[in-house]
Amino acid sequence: MHSNGSRVDRRLTILLLGMAGATALLLALIMLFLLSEAWSFFANRWMDGSWLQLFYSQNWYPLEGQFGMAPMILSSLAVTVGAVALALPLGLGSAIFLQFYASPRSAQSFRLLLNVLAGIPSVVFGLWGLTRLVPLITSWQPPGASMLAAIVVLTLMILPTIALTSASSLASVPRELLAGSTALGLRRNTQILYIILPAARAGISSGVLLATARALGETLAVLMVAGNVVQNPSGLFEPVRVLTANIALEMAYAMGDHRASLFASGLLLTVLVWLLSWFAHHVSRANKQERQHG
Amino acid sequence: MIKSLTNVLVLLSTVLSLSVVQADNRQLTLTGSSTVAPLALEIAKRYESLHPDVRIDVQMGGSSRGINDVRMGLTDIGMVSRALKPTEQDLTPFLIAMDGIGIILHESNAMSTLSNVQIIDIYTGKINNWQQLGADDRQITVVNKAEGRSTLELFLQHFSLKNSQIKAQVVIGENQQGIKTVAGNPGAIGYVSIGAAEYEQALGTPIKLLPMAGEVATVESVAKGYYPLSRQLNLVVKTKPVGLLKKFIAFAQSTEVRDLIDAQFFVAPLNMESKMDSKVE
Repeated sequence: MHSNGSRVDRRLTILLLGMAGATALLLALIMLFLLSEAWSFFANRWMDGSWLQLFYSQNWYPLEGQFGMAPMILSSLAVTVGAVALALPLGLGSAIFLQFYASPRSAQSFRLLLNVLAGIPSVVFGLWGLTRLVPLITSWQPPGASMLAAIVVLTLMILPTIALTSASSLASVPRELLAGSTALGLRRNTQILYIILPAARAGISSGVLLATARALGETLAVLMVAGNVVQNPSGLFEPVRVLTANIALEMAYAMGDHRASLFASGLLLTVLVWLLSWFAHHVSRANKQERQHG
Repeated sequence: MIKSLTNVLVLLSTVLSLSVVQADNRQLTLTGSSTVAPLALEIAKRYESLHPDVRIDVQMGGSSRGINDVRMGLTDIGMVSRALKPTEQDLTPFLIAMDGIGIILHESNAMSTLSNVQIIDIYTGKINNWQQLGADDRQITVVNKAEGRSTLELFLQHFSLKNSQIKAQVVIGENQQGIKTVAGNPGAIGYVSIGAAEYEQALGTPIKLLPMAGEVATVESVAKGYYPLSRQLNLVVKTKPVGLLKKFIAFAQSTEVRDLIDAQFFVAPLNMESKMDSKVE
């Protein structure tokens, strides 16, 4: 009986190892593909010494040989930071409401609402933004298609992610902590602020990381409302172009160096997301160690 | 054993020689303009579905590559998104569609016409308020196309502009996005394929198409070749087409592909049938 069980275990281990390996291999192949497609572009820039221009030139005119990516990198970051800054308080607030203040019935319908919001395809958000939100902003501050429109649309898209992951990590805080703090006579808001939230911090920050990666990678909805002019993000009402929108706008018709440059920007985006997740991982580990020692 | 082997060899060589002889009648290669390619691909797919033994290969690479490849004999048909130049008279063009773009404004805009100079001044940022042209005091939102799009190429070429000279407030990809952007912004100006704009206008979308150099921007005007902001989409061959080549070109110019042309927002040229007769024969 025992040996039979361990054999099943061993088979399962091999199977799971294979699946994990396949996932890793797939990722490696994608990276390899990106690298090989972008390689000629980097090589050409390196040869003529203009590779630094990628990061400080303001001009993106690929058909005229000008490949400044800095404005798009900054725009991607600005739009993402803006959306997360809006969605984090809203999402966290929703999660706390859901977990501690809502009556069972309203919690149920609110949760349903968040699930529906999470399931809306991005093209629907984009269409809504293009036909409702942008004209609204236009009547106030033309041209309307702007960083603000992109931030609002992205906020709506990542809000359910943050709210639902936060709610589930709040729910998984050990009941003893809650019971203990109630026994100490702490008020509800003190409990939430000083006991529950710190205990759920890891779960919440991984939810925020997920949301950030989604905001960075979102393409269609942003493309439809952001105006897509390549310039540094200088104001909320100014149009900007993010890296993903750039790839989607130009890939269908790009050839030669232009095409390779789009793969290069895709590579850049991937590296950006990696840096972000490495950073988040680092921060959460530092937090954990601090808690263990203090 | 040896006999059967010989049999197989004989059979094999027969099949091979047959396929070599018939290669010209089963396979076609098209290279050239990335504007024509999507349409040519659709036409090729339909032709293949009607003639299952035929393979048609469509490759992009720009109009000049199309010209080059045909001259060098590297391809059967070149795709060229313009009329042939005087230096290219050694080749024969077959017009399959017209591509026309229209300048669009919001319906409420008081302007009913713009000169080429005014359009250039608006797109380069010298004029940034409709008041400067005698209309309402409203900031102009310039809508431009993303780099690499054929509509952008035609627009720049027509007004002798470089994309880096254009000061746009909104950059779009698809025609639909441009139409929705202009429809939602009373101060916007944009340009899209005429077929797409006319279609949306008929549905009640609040946009209007401006005439160019006195010619109304309609599909009909493009089809007749009167409208200036337009160009020909040609299939180009080196020698007088025979066999499959002839059949395919005739198919591409027939009414059987009219819906494919409309779907790409191109315009079917008028008097197609007579042109085909005079050129193919």
